[in-house]
Amino acid sequence: MPFIPHTEQDIRDMLSAIGVAEIATLFDEIPASLHSSLPASMPSQVTEMEIARVLHERAGRDAQPVCFIGAGAYDHHIPAAVWELTTRGEFYSAYTPYQAEASQGTLQVAYEYQTMMVGLTGLDVSNASLYDGASALAEAVLMAVRGNRKSSARRVLMPTTVHPAYRRVTETIVRNQAIQLETVDYEKSGGKLNRAALERWSGEDVTALVIQQPNFFGCLEEVDELVDWAHAHDALVIALVNPVALAVLAPPGEWGQSGADIACGEGQPLGIPLSSGGPYFGFMVCKNAYVRQMPGRIVGRTVDVEGRPGYTLTLQPREQHIRRSKATSNICTNQGLMVTAATLYMSLLGAVGLERVAAACHANTRSLLEAVAGIEGVRPAFTGPRFHEAVLQLDAPAGQVLERMAGAGVLGGYDLGQSYPELGQAILVCATEKRTDEDTAAYARAMQKALRVARRA
Amino acid sequence: MLIFEHSREGRRAYAQAPQQQAELTDIPAPYRRRTRALLPEVSELQVVRHYTRLSQKNFSIDTQPYPLGSCTMKYNPRACNALAMLPEFLARHPYAPDRFGQGMLACLWELQEMLAAVTGMQGVSLAPMAGAQGELAGVAMIRAYHEARGAHERTEIIVPDAAHGTNPATAVMCGYQVREIATAADGDVDMAALKRALGPQTAGIMLTNPSTVGVFERRIEEIARLVHEAGGLLYYDGANLNAILGKARPGDMGFDVIHLNLHKTFSTPHGGGGPGAGALGAGKRLYEFMPIPIVAREGTQYRWHTEIDRPQSIGRLSTFGGNIGVLLRAYVYARLLGREGMPRVAEFATLNANYLMARLRAAGFQIAYPQRRASHEFIVSLKREAKELGVTAMDFAKRLLDYGFHAPTTYFPLLVAEALLIEPTETEAKEELDGFVAAMCRIRDEAREDVAFVKNAPYKLAVRRLDEVRAARDLNLSWKPLT
Repeated sequence: MPFIPHTEQDIRDMLSAIGVAEIATLFDEIPASLHSSLPASMPSQVTEMEIARVLHERAGRDAQPVCFIGAGAYDHHIPAAVWELTTRGEFYSAYTPYQAEASQGTLQVAYEYQTMMVGLTGLDVSNASLYDGASALAEAVLMAVRGNRKSSARRVLMPTTVHPAYRRVTETIVRNQAIQLETVDYEKSGGKLNRAALERWSGEDVTALVIQQPNFFGCLEEVDELVDWAHAHDALVIALVNPVALAVLAPPGEWGQSGADIACGEGQPLGIPLSSGGPYFGFMVCKNAYVRQMPGRIVGRTVDVEGRPGYTLTLQPREQHIRRSKATSNICTNQGLMVTAATLYMSLLGAVGLERVAAACHANTRSLLEAVAGIEGVRPAFTGPRFHEAVLQLDAPAGQVLERMAGAGVLGGYDLGQSYPELGQAILVCATEKRTDEDTAAYARAMQKALRVARRA
Repeated sequence: MLIFEHSREGRRAYAQAPQQQAELTDIPAPYRRRTRALLPEVSELQVVRHYTRLSQKNFSIDTQPYPLGSCTMKYNPRACNALAMLPEFLARHPYAPDRFGQGMLACLWELQEMLAAVTGMQGVSLAPMAGAQGELAGVAMIRAYHEARGAHERTEIIVPDAAHGTNPATAVMCGYQVREIATAADGDVDMAALKRALGPQTAGIMLTNPSTVGVFERRIEEIARLVHEAGGLLYYDGANLNAILGKARPGDMGFDVIHLNLHKTFSTPHGGGGPGAGALGAGKRLYEFMPIPIVAREGTQYRWHTEIDRPQSIGRLSTFGGNIGVLLRAYVYARLLGREGMPRVAEFATLNANYLMARLRAAGFQIAYPQRRASHEFIVSLKREAKELGVTAMDFAKRLLDYGFHAPTTYFPLLVAEALLIEPTETEAKEELDGFVAAMCRIRDEAREDVAFVKNAPYKLAVRRLDEVRAARDLNLSWKPLT
């Protein structure tokens, strides 16, 4: 019996101790009408060898082309040590650290992680993770609504330069709480938030402004001006940031006169494999003033009865298992194992290593843009500074071009047509530090050919 | 010692970053970071040694029995991890075309089918990233259903007082008022209280079955009938599905929507608190409202169904497709169990719980619901020990750690005084259960001899009992270098 250790003798002894003749009797409180068995369509049990064969065969079908897609998930190098250690049973098979004395490993990792996120963002307090970037943004919106006592409108400005999937997820999660999410358009040439569109909200009660930096198009927003505008209008600022970019870009805590109030985002770039989109983790960091509004687990340092330092979950009265219907969120489990991986990743890279990774991504994307600059029918959509992504406009149907490039072994980018039809045939491209000069050359060749064929069609 | 305290200026793990610093000249200075972030400067060996040592300060299923009630801390088969981490699965970008993910999608589609069959639901969405997110989606679906019918007066969700804290917190996040109902003395829902609570304002009820007090809700069919007659829907919190896996199905009980904690019943790792996966099943009333994306099979091909295919969906819960790596682990586990193994899980989880309950009762411990069968878990109340010896459930919990057992869930559910909620799971051998009983008896003996000794436990762990009051009062949530 897979994973069940009982011998026939054990079963007899145990039933006898209980005082029943057979295991079936233990289910006698379930009404007879509800007893059921599994349908024949349920596959029969297999051995590890057999299921391994199935999975290896299926993985073999999923060989991946060279990846030039970003759009919220990034193909970075992950040091071998990260997952060798993360999947140690002591991390992998432990639960949420409710018994602090028996969970000092997990708790100290989370405390170190919180410290690293404070360092990267320049804010005061980090929680121990949320589910992913998009749900972290939704929680940040809810947190800003709770935290901004000067605003009663429950109105959050959500620029269209924020990742479209993040906007949809936020909508799903906050929909039933009477919060208005208002869009703010972007500049057609610069690809960044349109200040004139923002001014339309001057004089209105605005609860919070979301700023994605770098934004979904890869462009850099004028974060200092935007933060000062928001604070002048008594709105909180939610910074949605890429943690690798923070190695080279100004941290949210230093934006404008007084810094963003909450920073959140996707932790995947910090040592988490692409894995078709998950599991990743969301991070959230805020100013001290808002710590009691923060959702999720938070780890604090304390001492034991002998005065030795130790770590424990703290500020639990915010959470659902204590406050029930009055909790800051319903979140319970978060993404602890992913945080372990990210902490290992950040320790191995350090500030210098992370800066080099960020700079290499930036440089490789620039090289990619240079490589396609001469191709007929390709032009960059936006001017202005960017980090490691860019929008390209094509003179042929983007879907077809990407499909042909994929056939040639290159994932050429993310098709923006569905979310940004006004951009025409446009794609979002990204080259991380893993892309080589050969990859870039292959990209250019594949794109040139795909465009030529598409134009002929 | 913290990783930061191993840090020395100028030290690095040189193999892990590009050898050259690339130019950043086309990012103008105002956008740039002025000072380096505070991250440790350490060698690769220092990192490996530090985190290996930290791991050794954890209790885990791989190292200790972990009878944490309501959490189903069973063995996480290593094959599930190894096969979910095949390089092709890890390398796939979420926006790569579906044709580069046919192997992965085949696994997920089959998982959807297996979960639908074992729960008796019409369809399954794997989108929720944790149990609480499954709850959020499920209650949002109930709301969408009522709104689609113009039933805006349905503003209340009924929740038993013994429910997990996530239930009322979720109902509030979905814009509902929470109406708590009592649990009867026999552990079942108080039917009179339920009838009083039901009315035209009822949107639905959230139930866990077997319930959080560790017993099967015997009148579930009548409850379902009453709730449906009142126009409400039934939400099934799948935290305790391990107790009935392959033996009874929530769909047959009348539930309209359920979430499964795959990190419990389907043995994906808890990871020190996540990632989980909260697969969601829906019956015919709520099928159209399930969160996206959902894997569809079309001929021999698989593809994600999105907003376009499912316009009534409550929408997306994550940036991409949910915790796919976790779902692959659950798939491997489900296949290893198969049709034969699933009911065995319920049988042996129930056998272990009833055996442990019988042994503890025989040893003189007070069982909270002695007249009932245990499900896969049960409650010991240490009320008498607290009164007579001055030793609490928390003291027992801490001293159990010294004996090499992770503590059961303490003080939950709230309606039983000095509660220890104990869930041994099917993967523990009889010797471990006997060892647990022996440890409980010894702790009681120790308390009789010297109560202060027990109250000061633990003694053998990385730290002694921690000052949690101080942690909350003098907040220290990140390390600061000495300046």
